[in-house]
Amino acid sequence: MKSKVNRELPDDLMKQLNYQPFETTEIGNPEIQRVAPKVHVSTGDDKIVDSIKKVVDETLEDGMTISFHHHFRNGDYVFNKVMRVIIDAGIKNLTLAPSSLTGVMNDMVIEAIKAGTITNITSSGMRGSLGDFVSHGGLKNPVIFRSHGNRARSIEHGDIKIDVAFLGVPSADRLGNANGMKGDAVFGSLGYALMDAQYADKVVLLTDNIVDYPNTPASIKQTQVDYVIKVDKVGDPDKIGSGATRFTKDPKELKIASMVNDVITHSPYFKDGFSFQTGSGGAALAVTRYLRQAMIDNQIKASFALGGITKPTTDLLNEGLVKKVMDVQDFDKGAADSMHTNGDQQEIDASWYADPDNKGAMVDQLDVVILSALEIDTKFNVNVMTGSDGVIRGAIGGHQDAATGKLTIISAPLVRGRIATVVPDVTTVVTPGDSVDVLVTEYGIAINPKRTDLLAVLSNIPGLPVYKIEDLQKMAEKRVGTPKPLEYTDRTVALIEYRDGTVIDSIKQVKD
Amino acid sequence: MAENEERLRRTMMFVPGNNPAMVKDAGIYGADSIMFDLEDSVSLPEKDAARVLVYEALQTQDYGNAEMVVRVNGQDTPFYDNDVKAMVKAGIDVIRLPKAESPEMVEKLDQDIAAAEKQFGREAGSTHLMAAIESAKGVLRAADIAAASDRMIGIALSAEDYTTDMKTHRYPDGKELEFARNMVLHAARAAGVAAFDTVFTNMDDTEGFYRETEYIHQLGFDGKSLVNPRQIPMVNKVYEPKAAEIKNAKNVINAIQEAKLKGSGVISMNGQMVDRPVVLRAQRVMSLAKASNLVDEEGNYLEK
Amino acid sequence: MEIKKTAIAGTLESSDIQLTISKADNGISIDLQSDVKKVFGDQIESVIKDTLAKLDVKDAKVKAVDKGALDCVIKARTIAAIQRAAETTDTPEWEVL
Repeated sequence: MKSKVNRELPDDLMKQLNYQPFETTEIGNPEIQRVAPKVHVSTGDDKIVDSIKKVVDETLEDGMTISFHHHFRNGDYVFNKVMRVIIDAGIKNLTLAPSSLTGVMNDMVIEAIKAGTITNITSSGMRGSLGDFVSHGGLKNPVIFRSHGNRARSIEHGDIKIDVAFLGVPSADRLGNANGMKGDAVFGSLGYALMDAQYADKVVLLTDNIVDYPNTPASIKQTQVDYVIKVDKVGDPDKIGSGATRFTKDPKELKIASMVNDVITHSPYFKDGFSFQTGSGGAALAVTRYLRQAMIDNQIKASFALGGITKPTTDLLNEGLVKKVMDVQDFDKGAADSMHTNGDQQEIDASWYADPDNKGAMVDQLDVVILSALEIDTKFNVNVMTGSDGVIRGAIGGHQDAATGKLTIISAPLVRGRIATVVPDVTTVVTPGDSVDVLVTEYGIAINPKRTDLLAVLSNIPGLPVYKIEDLQKMAEKRVGTPKPLEYTDRTVALIEYRDGTVIDSIKQVKD
Repeated sequence: MAENEERLRRTMMFVPGNNPAMVKDAGIYGADSIMFDLEDSVSLPEKDAARVLVYEALQTQDYGNAEMVVRVNGQDTPFYDNDVKAMVKAGIDVIRLPKAESPEMVEKLDQDIAAAEKQFGREAGSTHLMAAIESAKGVLRAADIAAASDRMIGIALSAEDYTTDMKTHRYPDGKELEFARNMVLHAARAAGVAAFDTVFTNMDDTEGFYRETEYIHQLGFDGKSLVNPRQIPMVNKVYEPKAAEIKNAKNVINAIQEAKLKGSGVISMNGQMVDRPVVLRAQRVMSLAKASNLVDEEGNYLEK
Repeated sequence: MEIKKTAIAGTLESSDIQLTISKADNGISIDLQSDVKKVFGDQIESVIKDTLAKLDVKDAKVKAVDKGALDCVIKARTIAAIQRAAETTDTPEWEVL
């Protein structure tokens, strides 16, 4: 069985897990049924608990699905605290369904897998020792990788049925009204966790900061919460965000950023009221700076900026160059802090952000999006999941979702060290080439031939050479040489879902 | 004086010769000239390694249309001979001599290059040279240095050593360099070679960089030595001809073509004769305009 | 060419490779560490071996720590290390460059 991007999929698993192969980026207008959680009725006066153990004992059984959010990123204390108790309680066969897994969780996940506590994982991504462990066959069942929008879709469909959600928050009151904006370990938007709060059967908040009732603004509401656990610390503020965001001084990143800016400003989408998503990372931040100048020079204002937000974006909001920031997560403290000081920075949940099975998601309204890539191939398929050694070291994030924007730009160096970024075939297809429009490298750009309209408007920009993507691929190969093909075993260690819930590619166990 | 004097040399980017990451990426920034450095940016124990690295990079990497320059170690060092030989063998476009203080030093380099060209079977005269003026002595003999070799393509002022020699240091207003800049520029123009201004090292002072670049552009320098690729677009912006200059230059070029078609030796525009300096300036404006992507292949101005 | 002493060339910076060449008596041995060993390990070793052969080095122990170097860098660092190990830095083998 093959997906439409010509990837062989494991027939047995596809059948066993009742999957369809990826066909098209078009979502269409199907009618779907959403699910609703069970509610344990209470007045809410007895939610405060001081022991994780007590809650685990009361709520968890073998075979359940548990979830966490990753808004604390590498400053997360909640995941390890809770998983420690669960492993020690001897609970088995859990499905772990967090919004994503960060490096600080890796050792604990590996321990839980080895103990039989966790036997299934669905996540946006994984890196480091955990990615290595899974790629070497450490988990029996395949990991299911889902984009942020797809996770929201899966939860609403009931494909992911969360029994217990453990959600860390920097502030909550005794009934569970909570937000990510007040307290020591603030991270701003609770966007991904809002799905869990709305759809999990049991919602457990963990906080180090119980505030007077009622806590406002309430991102998570008391109507959704079963338990509020007081812990000593939910996170390390210094490791949550990247601190003060600094613009890159790397000349290659700056060169790529200025070329991305050229593509945007010469496109028909660059007009008053346009919208954009830039993401984080050195080049993306630099694009924001160039874009700011271009907006000032051309007297253009954006209607909204979307997605993961950084301080350079909230600065644009404060300058009036962007009218609204639609914020599903914040990458630095500046963006997190600005959330409760600027009313035009709207917290949005993952469904509103990017769920395709929706009555309209923000990504569907997006004009310009800049995304990164570990690899992009001559069909414009993008890999953000596996490294050149075939090992899992990435995350889908909102990549597949935001790529539905009207002008999707992949910004990436032609080569990194000795590894080509532009390749004949990506190691793993995450985002299909059909939703990618322009590749920008330090040597020049390539335009998806399906976008004949863009070919016409972007072909004569001074100082911006346009290549066929095949030529960029050859240039890359000429520089670094031809790599030896990777070797895998027959065993599937992960499936990559497209945002509609079909399977676009699989990841095999690496052979060492 | 070497041929192809009309080559644009707005930007000469310094690249430390022992840094593989920088050496391999040097071609992507659009510098008119790329100068691999074997001298000050390379520590003494690494001189041999840098020489081989630059040699191999020149053999294999694509640097596009950039003019390739290597700054060799000084003639008073044990590295100079092998540097010159290796770079001539590599087929470098230009060898840059540091700390030039006399025409004899240039003549020596000229002869060493000639010997190396012969030894490695390279076309005689194919390797050009340039000299860096870095001292009071060098400044006072700039005219002789600039005219000392047929291989000479240009001379450059190097202000760090020069200001030390002058018992001063660099100031934001650059007054301490006034005499040297004018000497170097006049020497270059008298010899018919290019003149390169010194580096500006404070990357955080964008305003100061523009001020200095505008000043040396006004004086008449061909361009500037640069320590960071981020400075390339800034220099190019300063050297960009204005729309009116381009339109005027285009008219002059048209007049030249008309005269050619008519078989007339006299070029006239709006009934007036066009002098040779006007023709030269027009040609230079058009080549700058093309390099700045302001005109198409036919020289028509592209509205922004 | 004869290896007279242990010598190092190159650094551990990105895009570089650090080679340590030392004496041996039974042929060439290469110990390669590289993040791209799976896909470029053979190629890296073959560049090192070719360069050793061109400089007529028959016996040597080579330790290579690669940080994503291109072939031209690998060749340059190998030449520099051999010349240092053979104490011929000042009299390069021009035909081998």
